[in-house]
Amino acid sequence: MFSHSYHLMVRIKLVSRLPPVNDHAGEGNILTAIRPAVEAKGVTRIFRGTGQDSVRALDNVSVAIRENEFFTLLGPSGCGKTTLLRLIAGFDYPTDGEIQLYGQDIAPLPPFKRPVNTVFQSYALFPHMTVAENIGFGLKMLGKPKAEIEARVDAMLKLVHMQELKNRRTSQISGGQQQRVALARALAPQPKVLLLDEPLSALDYKLRKEMQIELKRLQHETGITFIFVTHDQEEALTMSDRIAVMSAGNILQVGTPWDVYDHPAERFVADFIGETNFLTGMVESAGNGQARIALRSGAKICATAAAGFRAGGNATLMVRPEHAKLVKGRGDLTGTIETIVYFGTDTHIHVRLDEGDVFMVRQQNSRSASCGFENGDKVGISIGDDAAQVLKD
Amino acid sequence: MANRFDVRRQNGFVSVAMLCFFLLYLPIATLVVYAFNDNDSVVIWKGFSLRWFHIAWNNALVIESSIRSFQIAAVAAVLATITATMAALATTRTKPYPGLTLKYAFINQPLMVPEIVTAVALLIVFSRIKIWTGYSGLGYLVAAHTAFCIPFAYLPIRARLESMDLSLETAAADLYATKWKTFRHVTLPLLWPGILAGLMLAFVVSLDDVVITEFVKSGGQDTLPTYMLGQLRRTVTPEVNAISTAFLVLSIGIVTAFFFISRKRT
Repeated sequence: MFSHSYHLMVRIKLVSRLPPVNDHAGEGNILTAIRPAVEAKGVTRIFRGTGQDSVRALDNVSVAIRENEFFTLLGPSGCGKTTLLRLIAGFDYPTDGEIQLYGQDIAPLPPFKRPVNTVFQSYALFPHMTVAENIGFGLKMLGKPKAEIEARVDAMLKLVHMQELKNRRTSQISGGQQQRVALARALAPQPKVLLLDEPLSALDYKLRKEMQIELKRLQHETGITFIFVTHDQEEALTMSDRIAVMSAGNILQVGTPWDVYDHPAERFVADFIGETNFLTGMVESAGNGQARIALRSGAKICATAAAGFRAGGNATLMVRPEHAKLVKGRGDLTGTIETIVYFGTDTHIHVRLDEGDVFMVRQQNSRSASCGFENGDKVGISIGDDAAQVLKD
Repeated sequence: MANRFDVRRQNGFVSVAMLCFFLLYLPIATLVVYAFNDNDSVVIWKGFSLRWFHIAWNNALVIESSIRSFQIAAVAAVLATITATMAALATTRTKPYPGLTLKYAFINQPLMVPEIVTAVALLIVFSRIKIWTGYSGLGYLVAAHTAFCIPFAYLPIRARLESMDLSLETAAADLYATKWKTFRHVTLPLLWPGILAGLMLAFVVSLDDVVITEFVKSGGQDTLPTYMLGQLRRTVTPEVNAISTAFLVLSIGIVTAFFFISRKRT
């Protein structure tokens, strides 16, 4: 017991003695780029409900988040992304596993001993304080001298373009401005890691787009590791350096936006991110990352495939709508056009395949010509050699 | 605002409202008017005079029992408010669990049990304790008042806590505030209007209690209300009106002051 608490004290000291992130800037990019800022190791969180039922919110999750990275936890509600964020912040403790911050296990520390700050979904600004007092709160609690707090608050106000509203109450500013104050407040103590819990979900579309760019700029200017939680796949794709796609308490895939969009590891990822057509077929031959698939229609197409697929097995194929082409006459698939939806930049054409499923093709629009097809047209769909991928179910 | 379904447009609304105000305020108005009566009677008007105020002011028993009333109310209200604040924090900063409703009922018990029952129970218990300990000071009255003031302080504080965003405390903890600092810098300032309202209610409720005080008090421990009750058993003079009027002015003063203080805070 004694040795345990001593151990804890040493850990706390080590954590608080970590130099601020900015000090690493000169060490060279190769070293800092591969160094994990936050690492979850076999983290499980079980919520015991009333009676017998308990929920496994996180199931043996391991992930390494690099320094200076814009890392996104993406998944539908209930997938465990917010639970993981709360474990990193210290608002909750794992049932099992370690949360490491620069190599030290911080899982047993209370939130006020972690050099990690959070931007809350509801902003959680203190209503009895001014904008400046809100931003300076963390530094005040850390016992920083007044002059230092004032200087940092001014710098933060400048960073988020809020200098004029310094002395306003938080109830007297707009939602977008509250968002900026919440960001400035979380950034002011110069945390090692900034956690953002769906911070843009309360904003309207235009403001959200603006704040997405603003967040990228802030991350770039401060050099702080951002861990961003969202259920919005578009937001995740446009903002992140890397994305972890989560479902039912597990991380299914970690990769760059391009990785998870174009090379999804499994069906759930392909389905959750972007729009996708799924086809079923049989593997005719496989090897070398390529497979030849016989579709139910009888057509045979090439697809990329991970190792582990053997000839003779069933396979699910994924084809993104923009990677398929509508042709007059016979293609790899044939069907009848059911609906044509105009989107401005492109047109979505829904084709009822002869086998019965619906297949969507996205076609870029041009000013001079219409999409060239009409409802009820018999059409073919051609799938290029690079367009399809075999997926794990 | 004033649409067809507005209650103010219902037939007879004005007359019912007027009747209510009439019944509420006519007795008080009469009491105040006759406090200035230059006569020994409380019902026959003779002329304007401040004589009864003068008499009350020079009545040592009135002043003594008034001071006692304020002492008991001040101590009991503060103790009750502190207890109620802790109780409110404990019953709102938790997920609902079986038995929580029972705890609400337990805390609010003085509101539900007839006061006379509490009074008799306290009389029996305290008389035993008096024999055992030999102590017969104001402590018993303070303890009794604190107990029945707790729900009055508890209700506004709990209402305030329930409307407070829990994520504010989480945010404070995230920004390096320990539990105590979170309470001191976030919870307490936001809770303050509720605490003031609770304190004021408890103070006023303690100040005009008769039943429990009458049963619990020892000899020579009259509070102003029990003193006045004693006076009524003899001849009633406008002195009682004068004391009541002074009390009324004081209560309005206290409530108004609290109102302005709490409005400034929010």
